[in-house]
Amino acid sequence: MAILVTPQTKVLIQGITGSFGARHAQLSLNYGTQVVAGVTPGKGGQSFTYNGHSVPIFDTVSEAVRQTGATASAVFVPPPVAADAILEGADAGLELVVAITEGIPVVDMIRVKRAMRGLKTRLIGPNCPGVVTPGEGADSTGGCRIGISPGYIHKKGNIGVVSRSGTLTYEAVWQLTCRGVGQSTCVGIGGDPVNGTSHLDIIKMFMSDPETHGIIMIGEIGGSAEEEAAEWIKVHGTKPVAGFIAGATAPAGRRMGHAGAIISGGKGTASAKIEAFQAAGIGVAATPSDMAETLLKMM
Amino acid sequence: MNIHEYQAKQLLERHGVNVPRGEVCDTPEAARDAAQRLFDSGEKLVVVKSQIHAGGRGKGTFKSGFQGGVKLCKTATDVFEKAGHMLGQVLVTKQTGADGRLVRKLLVAAAPEIKKELYLAVLLDRGAGKPVIMASTEGGVDIEEVAAKTPEKIVKELVDPAVGFQAWQARKIAAGLGLRGELMSQAAKLLRGVYETWWNCDASLVEINPLCVIEGKDGKPALVAVDAKMGLDDNALYRHPDIQAMRDLGEEAPLEIEASKHALNYIKLDGNIACLVNGAGLAMATMDIIKHFGGEPANFLDVGGGATREQVTAAFRIILDDPNVRGILVNIFGGIMDCNVIAAGIVEAVRETHLKLPLVVRLEGNNVAAGKKTLAESGLTIISGDSMADAARKVVRAVAA
Repeated sequence: MAILVTPQTKVLIQGITGSFGARHAQLSLNYGTQVVAGVTPGKGGQSFTYNGHSVPIFDTVSEAVRQTGATASAVFVPPPVAADAILEGADAGLELVVAITEGIPVVDMIRVKRAMRGLKTRLIGPNCPGVVTPGEGADSTGGCRIGISPGYIHKKGNIGVVSRSGTLTYEAVWQLTCRGVGQSTCVGIGGDPVNGTSHLDIIKMFMSDPETHGIIMIGEIGGSAEEEAAEWIKVHGTKPVAGFIAGATAPAGRRMGHAGAIISGGKGTASAKIEAFQAAGIGVAATPSDMAETLLKMM
Repeated sequence: MNIHEYQAKQLLERHGVNVPRGEVCDTPEAARDAAQRLFDSGEKLVVVKSQIHAGGRGKGTFKSGFQGGVKLCKTATDVFEKAGHMLGQVLVTKQTGADGRLVRKLLVAAAPEIKKELYLAVLLDRGAGKPVIMASTEGGVDIEEVAAKTPEKIVKELVDPAVGFQAWQARKIAAGLGLRGELMSQAAKLLRGVYETWWNCDASLVEINPLCVIEGKDGKPALVAVDAKMGLDDNALYRHPDIQAMRDLGEEAPLEIEASKHALNYIKLDGNIACLVNGAGLAMATMDIIKHFGGEPANFLDVGGGATREQVTAAFRIILDDPNVRGILVNIFGGIMDCNVIAAGIVEAVRETHLKLPLVVRLEGNNVAAGKKTLAESGLTIISGDSMADAARKVVRAVAA
């Protein structure tokens, strides 16, 4: 079953004609993902053609949804207009909006989060690598790839991966794949302080997904989302979880690349998160090289 | 981005927040004249405050030996003398580190008699995804200490972004702070102003510590923001050119300024093993693994997901400008990026910078075989790492040797 998306999920891309969006639309098509529509205001009626594919472009998300039946979108538009694009996707009734865009103002995300309350649309991100449910083909093709992850590092299987960081997700996935262990779904929830979906949301989905047998949860300094997830796992966890927290050596008060990766007011330290993991029975990898190994030893 | 106290007070004043009258000065003469104007208008006491992006100024020490970066003065002559000890001198506080900060500007302001010190801040509550107003009767002290020892003395109020800050919330906070009677309506106005400063300026933090009850000119109690600290959301600066103009490059590390010109995310640390990594999470994890194997990272450096050859070369130059660096670890997971392009960039950078220090490269991902071949055939002494752990072990060993 996987979580969030399956190889059948119909995907539209907001910002498909921008260089970033176009490049990753091509990679998703190569991966075998059902990219059924693109949205670029003012270019409705045109097509995005690549390698024998012809993807219709629409002016609005609601038109794209109506005519193609897309249920998920990837947002690749620039930061000043990204909040608008996310809300347009929610209004069109999409089940899932994955915001890849990095650099959206916090105040915009506060508004978006409030406006999406009570709606059925789930937001992943922003500032995230996206979601991959690997397929059965060579190099995991035939799967659903929404976002910017390298498809070929995946392998279809039974481990769920959730992380705030893109490259650390790839690192964990690659460690699994190199050991012949596949993944059910890999989710990057993003490095911003206000995001649509938390570690805990994804952990709950993995715990109730029959196809997921074990979980790698990667966190980093800042906020307390990892602690909340650990607290829940301690009580309700039914599957082995291993994790890693990045930023043990980060100085307090400095933003480490991600807008949300900051220790402020003594809160959000790596040691507090690691303690929470340990208290919840989550296997803590001593180094980022040991993420897969730590989980596999528990299974 | 952070701004100075005097700049934060300008933004607060624009939003109707009462701040002590004052002027920013960059010479002792200007400070004396500004003070004279305050004394002439009836002020009894004037404060001279060093403007640096760090707290603990009052208890700080100048490298010259002069004590205190904040001084109260009763005469303009005294202001002139104190300003002379501060301007152009390096102030070391508990937040600056041993290097301290050069004082280039002073705020000369009225110092009203304080009846009561309070604490007020607006920041993001990450869990709720909403702005939160934090206030406490314990002003003028470290709020982290208050939170740890007497959390019941902190009142918190989340703001619903759909309707904004409400008058009842202001009354609730005022009551929590014991601001009753005529102070309640003043508090409501000030709280709204501070909240709107946070929201309208896209701030990450607005902190008033202390917020003071003073005796106003009319003999009645009044509320005034005696100190102010503000941080801004870098992602939103594009829509505030006026605030962008407040950036003080003198407060930023030169290498970090240089890095930002090349769209590189660099933070200097105290160790001697430099790292160059793609992705913020992986960059943090690389620092951690260096430490794990007994080394000390010299920096955080994220070259981003689509690093170009030019960026890699610029990154090497920046790393090598740090005199503490004894070895370099390059850790690239080239998911989409072609590892061979990165390898070519590394070879070019090594040649261009005449690198003599040990260099360990861990390449993984797209077209990795070609990338490793490029490095091997370059004729350069590059140590190859197979995994993050292997690479970290090798660089720590090379630096220790």
